Amino acid sequence: MKKIFLFISLITIAVVAVFNSCSKKLDEANAAYPALNPIKPDANAGTWKPILLAAASEFPCAAPIATTSPDYILQLNEIKSFQKNITSDDKDLVNYWGAGAVLRWNEIMRELVAKHNVPPYQNPDGTYPIPSANNPLAYPLFPFSNPPYAARAYAYLSAAQYDACIACYYYKALYNRAAPFTVDATIQTLLPKSTLPSYPSEDAVVEGASIELLKLLFPGDQEYINQKAEEHKRARLIAGANVRSDIDAGESLGRAIAAKFIARARGDRAGAAVGTQAQWTQFETDAIAKGEIPWYSQESPKRPPMLPLFGKVKTWLFDSLTMVTTIRPAAPPSTGSAQFKTETEEIYQMQKNLTREQKKIATFWSDGVGTYTPPGHWNYIAATEFAQLGFSEARWARNMALLNMSIMDAGVVCWDTKYTYFNPRPMQMDTRIKTDIGLPNFPSYISGHSTFSGAASTVLGYIIPTKAQQFIDMAREASISRMYGAIHYRSDCETGLTAGNKVGSYAISRGHTDGAE
Amino acid sequence: MQNKYYSKKRVLVIVICLFFFQQTIFAQTDIDGIMMQKNFFCIGPTVDKTSWKNYWEGTFKRDNANLGTVSSTAAMIMGNYGITDKLNVLFGVPYIKTKASAGNFKGQKGIQDLSLWIKWVAKEKKMWKGNLKGIVMGGYATPLSNYYIDLMPLAIGMHSKTASIRLMADYEMGDWFATISGTYMFRNNVKLDRNTYYTTELHYTDEVKMPDANDFNFRIGYRSSTWIVEAIVDKMATLGGFDITKNNMPFVSNNMDATKLALHIKYDTDFVNGLSFVADANTTVAGRNIGQTSSFGGGIFYILDFSKKKKEETKK
Repeated sequence: MKKIFLFISLITIAVVAVFNSCSKKLDEANAAYPALNPIKPDANAGTWKPILLAAASEFPCAAPIATTSPDYILQLNEIKSFQKNITSDDKDLVNYWGAGAVLRWNEIMRELVAKHNVPPYQNPDGTYPIPSANNPLAYPLFPFSNPPYAARAYAYLSAAQYDACIACYYYKALYNRAAPFTVDATIQTLLPKSTLPSYPSEDAVVEGASIELLKLLFPGDQEYINQKAEEHKRARLIAGANVRSDIDAGESLGRAIAAKFIARARGDRAGAAVGTQAQWTQFETDAIAKGEIPWYSQESPKRPPMLPLFGKVKTWLFDSLTMVTTIRPAAPPSTGSAQFKTETEEIYQMQKNLTREQKKIATFWSDGVGTYTPPGHWNYIAATEFAQLGFSEARWARNMALLNMSIMDAGVVCWDTKYTYFNPRPMQMDTRIKTDIGLPNFPSYISGHSTFSGAASTVLGYIIPTKAQQFIDMAREASISRMYGAIHYRSDCETGLTAGNKVGSYAISRGHTDGAE
Repeated sequence: MQNKYYSKKRVLVIVICLFFFQQTIFAQTDIDGIMMQKNFFCIGPTVDKTSWKNYWEGTFKRDNANLGTVSSTAAMIMGNYGITDKLNVLFGVPYIKTKASAGNFKGQKGIQDLSLWIKWVAKEKKMWKGNLKGIVMGGYATPLSNYYIDLMPLAIGMHSKTASIRLMADYEMGDWFATISGTYMFRNNVKLDRNTYYTTELHYTDEVKMPDANDFNFRIGYRSSTWIVEAIVDKMATLGGFDITKNNMPFVSNNMDATKLALHIKYDTDFVNGLSFVADANTTVAGRNIGQTSSFGGGIFYILDFSKKKKEETKK
């Protein structure tokens, strides 16, 4: 028996040594963001140019109660009571939200995008059900947050956060109410002390705007969204950064501003982007009439193309005429041309001789089913950079808005182009071609990844000029990753990048004139 | 030198259970009550073909016209060396190639994981009219190549280093026997080629937490010096992990369960001493987040005798 124990103990020791159970714990990058501590407070952000608001003061925010009033004292005591009974969970919450409101709500949206980025399962008759915003929890769950849906979602969230910040900073300057830790020195502050007036709370205004947009875009996840909102508000109180009235005023202001963005979203034609059978057939007929081989779904059963009318959705940075006349790329190589054959053969050879490193690049940028999509990937890249730069909430919001408006507009340009030319994928033309990463269900020209990345890298290079070349390199890698994945021709990728760059330049023009430089 | 209970002819017996999405190789030698005699080394190749058309997405059983039938062919070298009559070491190295009969996904191929086992007869006693053995085993598996795990239905493995502890009881009465075993598998975290992924939440790391797994195996049958014929029930389950959501892609850290029925036959040849043939078949009867596999395989084994006795005999 002793020998048995000895043997088992030895094995167990060996196993524990090799497989330290602690090593199973994951070290996640988003847990390590530093607390928001602006180098420049951007106290004048109330004067920056809003996106939809007619003026920073378009939505009212009532004057705050005096810091000497009994109600205010009551609110100070609320903070003290939180702090007296503070738990380690509370501290975690404070640290989590302390990284920044724009950052965290952007991250929450990325999570919801990844959760919902799954194409619906077919009906028994081989057709596909279409998710309904009015019945989000019945199958097929709403939304199917594919790349165009996601691009638009990030853009609305960021744009609303930005306008909300402008209004918030306007009222901060107007009312100039001191922060609780300034009024009462016995209030502890668990986060860096902001030099800004604390009414209304910039965290709460971002929270208020964010939850309304998130509920619109992810209506089946309202409980989760509300829970996050409660945690956020609570974290600000525990941290001693705001009193209850700062939070309440900020949240109401944010929600009121969000309503304006929601009204725009309801009228931006995205609701009709799915199209109809007649329209799907029309794309095919038009391509054939032009003497081209039309795109066909390579899925089985054949799935209707993804959001074919997304190219008609209302853009942020330019009008539809500009898009069609100056941004939409010229036609791809004809499906009958020698160049087209050469490009198809290039993809066949590439996937046949793919190296492990190329496969890794294809996977790294793939951002397919079940991920936060390429727009989400660029949001993550941006957030990781911004977190190191000591931005104020207002600057975070402004930069994210420029980034995401450009990404959404890049998506619109890309989809407009895809459905103008309705070009087949390499696999449709050469059945020997196989992919390691999955084939998207929409036409080939131009590459969505390339267009998104072209726009995002241009805008990020404007925001962080010292890293411009790195962003360009990343965009090129994202672009060529689609060739490694054997799902795009070289023309798709190169033209996509250029189109994206153009879109990005419109965001830069806006940046030059929004008052934030 | 012929040991009453460890006939040298009762050697290597193989069943390769290729789990769908997982494809961990389980050699039957790891999981039977048969030992290699001291200084004898049994080695040989096996080939196995596993395929599935239907799979369980969570508990929902479906097929997928974008995959068709997914098949996996494994060629493996296995060996078993007797350090003593009661202590054996075993190893296996498979080369695997996968393929989907429909759709656009590229089949994957490569050398998968080296698995090593130490097998020790800790206790042995006569009981009623037969003989009971208590066997303790320790196993370790480690990937031998940088294979790709992010295309789960077609990936050749999970790329997780695994340490296992197995307790086994084998009862033999005449030519009839039954073996029962339980295994606990500690599975190390794995790394993806990307820096975020979604399970039931979004993770910002390339590292994936792998649930541990366990396995119960019961086998019963006939075991003579020439033939082994046995029927097997095997139930493997991860301890944790999550379900594939509807129409989503499978993932390395899914909750995977599989109950399999298997048949194993081994024939020790009369014409060449030490040469044996094995044939196996198994089928998955219940599962979760795995394919409903059917598997057929076979192998050839030969015993090399490194014992002094053999050398002496050779000298004569």
